[in-house]
Amino acid sequence: MDKSGLEFEKPILEFEKRIAELEELSSSLHTDLSAEIEALEKRLLKEKKTVYSRVTPWQKVLMQRERPRPRSSDYIDALMRDKVELFGDRIYGDDPALIGGLAKFRGHNVVFLGQEKGRDTKERLARNFGYMHPEGYRKALRLMKLAERFSKPVITFVDTPAAHPGVEAEERGQALAIGENLAEMSALEVPIISIVIGQGGSGGALGIGVADRIIMLEHAIYCVCPPETCSQILWRDGMTPAKAAEALRLTATELLELGIIDEIIEEPLGGTDKDPKLAIYRVGRALKRNLDILTAIDVDELLETRYRKYRSIGQIMDTE
Amino acid sequence: MSSGSIDLLQTGDSMMESARKDGCPGCGAVVSEEELARTHEVCPRCNHHYPMGAQERIELIVDAGTFAEYDAELESVNLLNFPQYEEKLTKDKRLTGLKEAAVTGEGLIGGYPTTIGITDYRFRMGTMASVVGEKITRCIERAIEKKLPAVIFSSSGGGARMQEGMVSLMQMAKTSAACMKLRKAGLLYVNVLSLQSFAGVMASFAGLGDIIIAEPGTLIGFTGARGRSSIKQELPEGFQTAEFMIERGMIDMIVQRKDLKAVLADLLDFFS
Repeated sequence: MDKSGLEFEKPILEFEKRIAELEELSSSLHTDLSAEIEALEKRLLKEKKTVYSRVTPWQKVLMQRERPRPRSSDYIDALMRDKVELFGDRIYGDDPALIGGLAKFRGHNVVFLGQEKGRDTKERLARNFGYMHPEGYRKALRLMKLAERFSKPVITFVDTPAAHPGVEAEERGQALAIGENLAEMSALEVPIISIVIGQGGSGGALGIGVADRIIMLEHAIYCVCPPETCSQILWRDGMTPAKAAEALRLTATELLELGIIDEIIEEPLGGTDKDPKLAIYRVGRALKRNLDILTAIDVDELLETRYRKYRSIGQIMDTE
Repeated sequence: MSSGSIDLLQTGDSMMESARKDGCPGCGAVVSEEELARTHEVCPRCNHHYPMGAQERIELIVDAGTFAEYDAELESVNLLNFPQYEEKLTKDKRLTGLKEAAVTGEGLIGGYPTTIGITDYRFRMGTMASVVGEKITRCIERAIEKKLPAVIFSSSGGGARMQEGMVSLMQMAKTSAACMKLRKAGLLYVNVLSLQSFAGVMASFAGLGDIIIAEPGTLIGFTGARGRSSIKQELPEGFQTAEFMIERGMIDMIVQRKDLKAVLADLLDFFS
């Protein structure tokens, strides 16, 4: 097991260690231990299924932060052909935390957008860890308007801790840039699919996340604010980050129940990083299916359905 | 979230109290309650604009006797069973006399009919959750039905309310979608920012106006001090104030509270 193992995965780590030891023993003693190894591997699989079916919301948060999960660019590179990346917002600059462009995807010409966290330290720094600036949201909008003019569907990959919280972002109108995207996406006259592959960080995620279909990967999270922020504000109520992660309902299952998202894609056992190929395959399959459905719908109906989808979110008490 | 604005919330009314006793936070002058009432909670010495609740705002802006409230009966439910949420709602209801953080309705401003929405900083910091999202959306939808403009005031220091989780966050999309319909219907939309306007509220219905007005000294932005605490960065002078934001082209004008009604009436006249 790689070093990205988290505390709750220790039992799995133990099994894997014992299997490795047996294998070594087997080869050094020239003894056939395959029966023992096989038995252990069975137990390991069982253990994995148990552990990963019980991942808590807080453990999911940690998985998003600490695991080398496939990034937006991994999905885009693997799934799309004839990719042309486009840059810049035509106002201020280009935002490397958001990749976007044109591509062919299984019979559809699409505009893709993806929040990109980067893989190694150098790349992460260059990508600002996936924290977007206003120019990123404006670049996204420019490409979406381009998609609209030429009737091309839009696919957005969501994976960001938050919108960039720095001074420059504020000076260039972070709030206004995000708000404008929400408004424009609500009425964009082409299908939009948004897929949360890792971290759906609040308004920063929503800024490219208003869509006809919102899909989440099994262990992805989508959250109104970081659990730590919540626990910091509510520490008097005994709110630890782990408790906050539960209270905020940030898991795919809970968000499907709440009617916030439309679909969950099952991850390879243990997470997308354990088998990126399988994860990418499943994402491709879901995108293709949804794209075929959405592109067949008349635009007026599509927009009406999209409006009603968001219009119906919320619970109130009418005391009249 | 801005810890600056959280402080304002926690001391909201007590700030008024202490201003009366210990002096204005802007200049230290002790101003009598009668004088503050006459100036609509603006310091007559230094022009410091005190926070203003929804009811006072209606009295200041809407022609007397013309305000008809929409959806006054809507109340929040603890849909996620979030710890302590009911208690906090109860406390804020008692404190403000309001049922939620938004008050909406229609009335005349300087004789011009318009729909009106106001978020009140005293109720959960003016944060948006199901009821606020629903009231603002209904208000805008009524503007479209009745072919009226919409004027929405924000004093929201927080964005989406944590206690309603992602349901809150999605109210950003919901209200923004309604604003887009208003825009497409060719109707005027004006935002007035007062005291503070941040995060999910500023990044949705409070920032989508055709015209964005701020009162002097209003703090405006996406991320407040709390969200910024992780990155150590020196803040420029006057950071996120209306005066700072207008220099950077993010709002249309700064209007003194005493002039606000006349400016709104002029805008409604021009676009009528």
